[in-house]
Amino acid sequence: MRIAIVDERAARASVIEEGLRELAGCEIFILAERKGLLARIEEISPDIVLIDLGNPSRDVLEEYFAVSRALARPIAMFVDQADDQAIGASIDAGVSAYVVDGLHAGRIRAVVDLAVKRFNAFARLQADLAEAKGKLAERETVDRAKRILMDSKGITEPEAYGELRRKAMQSSRRIVDIAEAVVTAHELIGK
Amino acid sequence: MSEKLTIGFLPLVDACLPILAQEHGFAEEAGLTLDFVRDVSWATVLDRLLYGHSDAAHMLAPLAIATTLGRNRPPQPLSAPFVLGLNGNAVTLSNDLAARVSAGETLGNPRVLGENLAREVRDLAARGVKLRFGVVHRYSSHSYMLRYWLAACGIRPDRDIEIVTVPPPFVADALASGEVHGACVGEPWNSVCVERGVGTIVLATAQIWLRGVEKVLALREPVLEDRRPATEALIRAMRKAGRHFVQPENWQANAEILARPEYLDGDAGLILRSISDRLVLHKGGGPVHYSDFMFQYREAANFPWVSQAEWLYSQMLRWDGLAYSAEDAQAAARVFRPDVYRTALMGTGDILPGASSKVEGSLRGLTSVTAQQGSMVLAQNSFFDGGVFDPDDIPGYLAQRP
Repeated sequence: MRIAIVDERAARASVIEEGLRELAGCEIFILAERKGLLARIEEISPDIVLIDLGNPSRDVLEEYFAVSRALARPIAMFVDQADDQAIGASIDAGVSAYVVDGLHAGRIRAVVDLAVKRFNAFARLQADLAEAKGKLAERETVDRAKRILMDSKGITEPEAYGELRRKAMQSSRRIVDIAEAVVTAHELIGK
Repeated sequence: MSEKLTIGFLPLVDACLPILAQEHGFAEEAGLTLDFVRDVSWATVLDRLLYGHSDAAHMLAPLAIATTLGRNRPPQPLSAPFVLGLNGNAVTLSNDLAARVSAGETLGNPRVLGENLAREVRDLAARGVKLRFGVVHRYSSHSYMLRYWLAACGIRPDRDIEIVTVPPPFVADALASGEVHGACVGEPWNSVCVERGVGTIVLATAQIWLRGVEKVLALREPVLEDRRPATEALIRAMRKAGRHFVQPENWQANAEILARPEYLDGDAGLILRSISDRLVLHKGGGPVHYSDFMFQYREAANFPWVSQAEWLYSQMLRWDGLAYSAEDAQAAARVFRPDVYRTALMGTGDILPGASSKVEGSLRGLTSVTAQQGSMVLAQNSFFDGGVFDPDDIPGYLAQRP
């Protein structure tokens, strides 16, 4: 079975590819370029095309598939309505699948299910990354606020941290919010 | 307690009414909170609507009909109780081609422009070259208007020229690289081509069919039934947004709202051009005022005339090469829901036409029409070639077309 993954985000495409490698007898092609997309699809002649919902080329691809009905290997989105649940899950995950007419439903299901899993895994990875980045930024803000307090009040680092924590507890806010206020105030008037 | 509706849209100026209804508080007044989901392809806007990520969507009217009839995927009945606007798209050609076929400083006469283009197509054919045009979707009014115009000027789409799908954000690139020689697209994308210096606007779709139907607000039919009161509240809020939209003193502010990153994420100056019906046709040119470019609010512009859906169905038959089916015609007509529009606005003082269907293209000047509520004058509704569409005789209408 030949599977084409159309995704402009190379990192996600490789996460999906890695997942689909579990399936026996699959040949996987990654199409990251918008240019010449249809020519590549024609050349590869895939049984299944996976494309993310955020890809602007979806309408171009659907147009091509509509025309391809006249060809030897017509491709359509979601040929079987019985797969409605699977389709719903794939839309939730952010991936759409187009398959060659007549392909065995069980095989489609296996590929789509795996793609959905990998898409979700990638989304979680992204969320984790964003969270980690946020945490890092917060720590930097707190460090800057501590430095400002240490310099202006001539106190030690643990004392500066204590001040931030005390103020946060008094006003039931997070330490990072207090730190941010200190940094902002310093930028406005403290220089 | 306000009810939440999630609305899918593509970043185009004609997504303006639900956005402005939310931003100016008309939705809140009607007891609604609108959430928006922005996408970059119609396929995804449609998928989200069909699988419940959105309750309603900014949608190409022909795509709503195609989805109901089951073209390209299993049929799912959609309903359009509100037309989001009339006209508002344009034809942009590469500068080189425009210089050979267009009259220059103003929007050209569609007949003259079309004949010049036909001559060009014949000359190129003799050298083995075929022009290629981009449209935003196979099932779009852009495609149908472009095809209608070309065919009436002696150019047979798909035979004499190629028509391909190009997503709006890539139209400027496609013109620049020579991938297409022209395109029919909504705003602000024609203006983006002009600003990048890669294209010249030569024609407004209003010059092909004056008062032609554009995007609709679409819902799944069962969702419309389930959420009928909320849908009607949304219709009332969008009519208020439309009244705000057409007042010149609000143009600048509305352009700035639409330009925000969460909506069109674009340039307010470019968006203002279509809002104010003042387009710059080529880079460095002055604004050209064409008052009917994007038609909103007046003359019950948002009323979903059943005959509009039937015209779109006739064009679907014409260009997909399908035979007329009375059953499909009925299903297509049923997509447009004037009954919902009426109950939403009954008693508000807003104008409501007396009929729900009209002979399209038959008005050449101010015409009083019977109204169910308020008084109503329709200024014009005409096809550039004088064609008249009688929805009761679709096969007869198609037989007369080239």
